Amino acid sequence: MIRKEIFVRYDRCMGCHSCELACAISHTAARDLFGALLGGEKPQKRIYVDQVGQVKAPAVCRQCEDAPCVAVCMTGAMHSREDGVNVVNLTQCIGCWMCAMACPFGAVGRGEGKAIKCDQECVDEEGVPACVRACPTGALVFQTVEEFETGRRLAAATSVGVKGYSGPQ
Amino acid sequence: MAKSCNVSLDPAVCEMAEKARRLEVETVWDRYQAMLPQCGFGETGLCCRHCLQGPCRIDPFGGEPKTGICGATADVMVARGLDRAIAAGSAAHSGHARHLAHTLKLAAKGKARDYTIKDKAKLRSVAGRLGIPTEGKSIAEIALDLAEAALADFHEKETPVMWAATTVTKKRAKLFAEKGLLPKGIDYEVSDIMHRTLYGVDADPVNLLLGGLRCGVADLAGCYMGTDLADILFGTPQPVVTEANMGVLKADAVNVAVHGHNPVLSEVIVAVAKEMEGEAKAAGASGINVVGICCTGNEVMMRHGIPACTHSVSQEMALVTGALDAVVIDYQCIMPSLATVAECMGTKLITTMEITKIPGAIHIEFSEETAGENARQIIRLAIESFSRRRGKPVDIPPYKTKVVAGFSVEAIVAALSKLNAEDPLKPLLDQIASGNIRGVCLFAGCNNVKVPQDQNFTAVARRLLKENVLVLATGCGAGALMRHGFLDPANVGELCGEGLKAVLTAIGEANGLGGPLPAVLHVGSCVDNSRAVAVAVAVADRLGVDTDQLPVVASAPEAVSEKAVSIGTYAVALGLPTHVGVMLPVLGGPLVTKVLTDKVRELTGGYFIVDLDPDSAAQKLLAAIDERRAALGLSVPGGGRR
Repeated sequence: MIRKEIFVRYDRCMGCHSCELACAISHTAARDLFGALLGGEKPQKRIYVDQVGQVKAPAVCRQCEDAPCVAVCMTGAMHSREDGVNVVNLTQCIGCWMCAMACPFGAVGRGEGKAIKCDQECVDEEGVPACVRACPTGALVFQTVEEFETGRRLAAATSVGVKGYSGPQ
Repeated sequence: MAKSCNVSLDPAVCEMAEKARRLEVETVWDRYQAMLPQCGFGETGLCCRHCLQGPCRIDPFGGEPKTGICGATADVMVARGLDRAIAAGSAAHSGHARHLAHTLKLAAKGKARDYTIKDKAKLRSVAGRLGIPTEGKSIAEIALDLAEAALADFHEKETPVMWAATTVTKKRAKLFAEKGLLPKGIDYEVSDIMHRTLYGVDADPVNLLLGGLRCGVADLAGCYMGTDLADILFGTPQPVVTEANMGVLKADAVNVAVHGHNPVLSEVIVAVAKEMEGEAKAAGASGINVVGICCTGNEVMMRHGIPACTHSVSQEMALVTGALDAVVIDYQCIMPSLATVAECMGTKLITTMEITKIPGAIHIEFSEETAGENARQIIRLAIESFSRRRGKPVDIPPYKTKVVAGFSVEAIVAALSKLNAEDPLKPLLDQIASGNIRGVCLFAGCNNVKVPQDQNFTAVARRLLKENVLVLATGCGAGALMRHGFLDPANVGELCGEGLKAVLTAIGEANGLGGPLPAVLHVGSCVDNSRAVAVAVAVADRLGVDTDQLPVVASAPEAVSEKAVSIGTYAVALGLPTHVGVMLPVLGGPLVTKVLTDKVRELTGGYFIVDLDPDSAAQKLLAAIDERRAALGLSVPGGGRR
């Protein structure tokens, strides 16, 4: 299986926070917004949409293959799962935040003294992560690196006037 | 050297923002940062929550979904949203006017002893304009008839809304009637918008916008009525010299701020504060210092010279000084966060209206019948609060500017009549014709947290004044300009172009002021944008043209409130090019955007200029002025026709 990653098309982000909400809810016991609200849960997000100048910028864990967060983890709490997704074992996490210091993307959060991060344990029956599913404009895409880069190449070619391609999809 | 910061151009606000940060008092700027990024669907108007199948959001990039669940397109969604903003603004202005109508009625019946008819001449002239017979009737009888006529204007009746039909040029009234833009009743139009924007009613974006435009005309009626009735009850403003900014607070006095929009209460507070000086002195204060915030401040500044403490987005900062003993609020533009800041700073926050209550504030229910007692109770609370504060250090930023305010239409005409008693408008027209006055711009609206406070106002005003554009200002726009010295006649030389300088000096000297009028004429609170309309209509009538032909423009460079949207709408309905310096939530609807910024011109002659950059906005306003000058056959600077 060729692994898919969550990519961001910054020009499409509307800053609506749908991805953050979907991410947080997918990690609740209820797994839905109203259930979580009625159950008094406090869902936590693992994706962050920030304002960077004029740009609304979603930041999601890149699931690095040579992950700094995993490399620096003293206790081995932060580890690479078999599917290549980097996750944290909460029982081993001591909240030293070396992972947060090492992550170049700011993708590690704090949850009750323990590291909290994207674990992709939110995929639906089609294998699509909740944040990607929730994005109403397609700013978040779940593709293989090859697919994403092909789209990039075609868009770049279109932008310099090469005909026959009608935009990324 | 004065403090500078990135949230405001006003050094007093900068000092207080820094103090708030030090004390960890949360402010509007903190909350704005926490809100970022703001949802782009809302920003572009593409989020609809009008029915329970929603919220619906449409992709602004042309992808799916292209419609809401009901099938409403982006343009329908955007037009409905805009219409509801116009309706809300109209409801607020007319709610204020209705409040005054009820006060006038009670005063006429002798049931509210704290109120009298202060301007009998205006009562007669307004009655005359509306066709209410005055011959052989007492003042109370006329006032009662006028109050009834005002209240009748809210509902559907045989005649259209009189405060719209009789306040615009005859040509405009005819145009409104022909195009279906003459409101049937003020409340009727607000209600009509709520009806047509309901689930499954009006789905034609252009028809929706026409409805919005008509509601905008109803808003003009509400504003105009508010101004008329306030002048009748409390007196028509005349030029007055006073001061603005937080330096007007006095550490050793009982400082009471009146905040909100309505003069019905604040008038009585100002009067009672004078009577209660003795009680304040007995408590160890040097006296009672009433100051204004926002448009209630503008109302009492225009009529009594009460100094303005601050306006709009910086309202919390007035409390951060620690010097305010009480903030008395009526309604509109009051941030609920004041309750928290008041608690932090030991200020008493006092709400007074049934429709405006804030948890954490003290509520003293105000009524016209008991106004005096209510006001005394409020001032007593302030004195009590002073007693607790007495001797404790406060931080009053040492900044204040001189302000000459009070330019009602009557005051402007009186000043002009010193140049030509027979035909007061003639000198103004002559100066416009000669190009000494290139055009007129009305600055209105609020301060928006998205813009460093006052930046857009001062940048656009500076540019226009240099180009000899006569500037009128209302509301927090006037507040912005007064904080930076634009209302101090001493700065005319530095601010204005040669032609405008000569005109302001000639009028000032003819009126025995020994110098010019201020560069910017403060015509009142935001309801008083009607005064600017009255000036434009008088000039148009005198020239025998309509308002859409005049070199007159409007600008709300830092707008916030839905009231600013409805004011902008009536400015466009009257035919004015109207600048907005922050993004209206309509960009998601290409047709609606096109209609508002261009096509509506074919209908009313007016249009919106949305430009976030103050320099290019000023350029566009000048171009609009020149285009109209050229069409009237008047000279255009540089001689070139566009």
